Amino acid sequence: MLITQLKTIDEIRTLAGSKTVIISCEGCKEVHFPECEATELYKELSDNGTALKVIRTEYICSPENLDVATRKHIDKINAADTVLVFACGVGVQSASAQFASKPVLAACDTIPLPGYQGVTPLEVDCDQCGECYLNGTGGICPIASCSKSLVNGQCGGCKDGKCEVDKDMECAWERIYKRLEKLELLENMKYPAKLRNFAPEA
Amino acid sequence: MRISELFARGEFVLTAEVGPPKGFHLDHLLHEAEEFLQDVHAINVTDCQSSVMRVSSLATCKALKDKGLNSIFQLTCRDRNRIALQSDLLAAAYFGIDNMLALTGDHTVMGDTKQAKPVFDLDSVSLLHCVKTLESGFDIAGNELDGDPPKFAKGAVVSPCSDSVDVQLAKMERKIEAGAEYFQTQAVYDSEKFIKFMDKAKQFNVPVQLGVIIPKNAGMANFMNNNIAGVSIPAWVIEELKADKEKTKAGITGVEITARVIKECRDYCQGVHIMALGWESKVPALLTQAGLR
Repeated sequence: MLITQLKTIDEIRTLAGSKTVIISCEGCKEVHFPECEATELYKELSDNGTALKVIRTEYICSPENLDVATRKHIDKINAADTVLVFACGVGVQSASAQFASKPVLAACDTIPLPGYQGVTPLEVDCDQCGECYLNGTGGICPIASCSKSLVNGQCGGCKDGKCEVDKDMECAWERIYKRLEKLELLENMKYPAKLRNFAPEA
Repeated sequence: MRISELFARGEFVLTAEVGPPKGFHLDHLLHEAEEFLQDVHAINVTDCQSSVMRVSSLATCKALKDKGLNSIFQLTCRDRNRIALQSDLLAAAYFGIDNMLALTGDHTVMGDTKQAKPVFDLDSVSLLHCVKTLESGFDIAGNELDGDPPKFAKGAVVSPCSDSVDVQLAKMERKIEAGAEYFQTQAVYDSEKFIKFMDKAKQFNVPVQLGVIIPKNAGMANFMNNNIAGVSIPAWVIEELKADKEKTKAGITGVEITARVIKECRDYCQGVHIMALGWESKVPALLTQAGLR
């Protein structure tokens, strides 16, 4: 099991920008999703004109499902400045890979619960760290995709874009930098030192 | 003495690196440091370099200090969490060691104890932030330190010849923001690449020491090219090492190549950092040939 929990309402309002398409992933039996709170927010963002479209679907962790669910709304997605994803970290990463030229942001943090983890695909991973970093990293997870789970940028072990630990593994921070460069969001790289919080959830 | 004060005075700062042994007998290391490294301003002590278990950097720094030599305490985030890192920094302060260099550290799988847990609770950036926090009189959890806080010259590293140089520059900026006061670079063999890098890095207005490794032979150069991130040795350097094997074996070619790189880059940086990797005995000749003493 895992739990997705909404980031603060104020943070989500900021993330939504001025024109957003919301992708809401619901129905996965392995995920607890805060449906009521999310629905209220969708209404607020639709009523004030921020949300161009709310796509309610399920299993966006699968690129095929995501493609089917979003294909008919692609004009709206192209017109949006942001794609705001209400899903676990895997869903956000699937969406950021699908819409690589668009800022894809996470509205939820993902935290683990013991037990069956479901049938999410292996191409992307979510460590359920509870403090989702995807919004600063172009939708590529530094926790799950970096051998050292570094949150402050590339280490000195990257050679030809590959990780020192495994020459077949791409350096996550190289990918993050390139994605942010493409999104013209390199300013995202300038933030004060981040420290992870390993305290168990109360 | 804090090397940040030397940079502030506009001195061209020379440092050299020593690697502690696998064992606790430091006599050889101390003898070499006293014999060959008297002319550098400070001696870096590596922290289980390449993830190979060795006696600690801190103990070695203290031993050097006892011999009257100024040391730089290298600290990686691979083996200690934030509690242990802060604790060791306070221990360094107690010993009067006031230079530190923050590194993320190689992954444990690169070394001789692959089964070890890679920690990486902090990284180079958050470690620098942590040192700055200690200097303000508080630990990273926000608790007040007893007595006067420690004060370090805070160093960091950067790879000018990395194939990801823009990503490295972005990280360099983060390190400065977190408190880095000087940089030592990964080994440089291609002056042109270094000068191009410095053209971009000079905007940060933080002193940078050119990093050099005296190449021992063509095999070592090829190995570094293939395996060491951030190192790129041009073909002409490898040809030079191949040309006269006896001369190369004696270290003469390696010193010539390194001295040339230093001379070519000198006007673009604020110091030199020599990683002798066992060839400490060549350091005096290198300094002479490079016109640094």
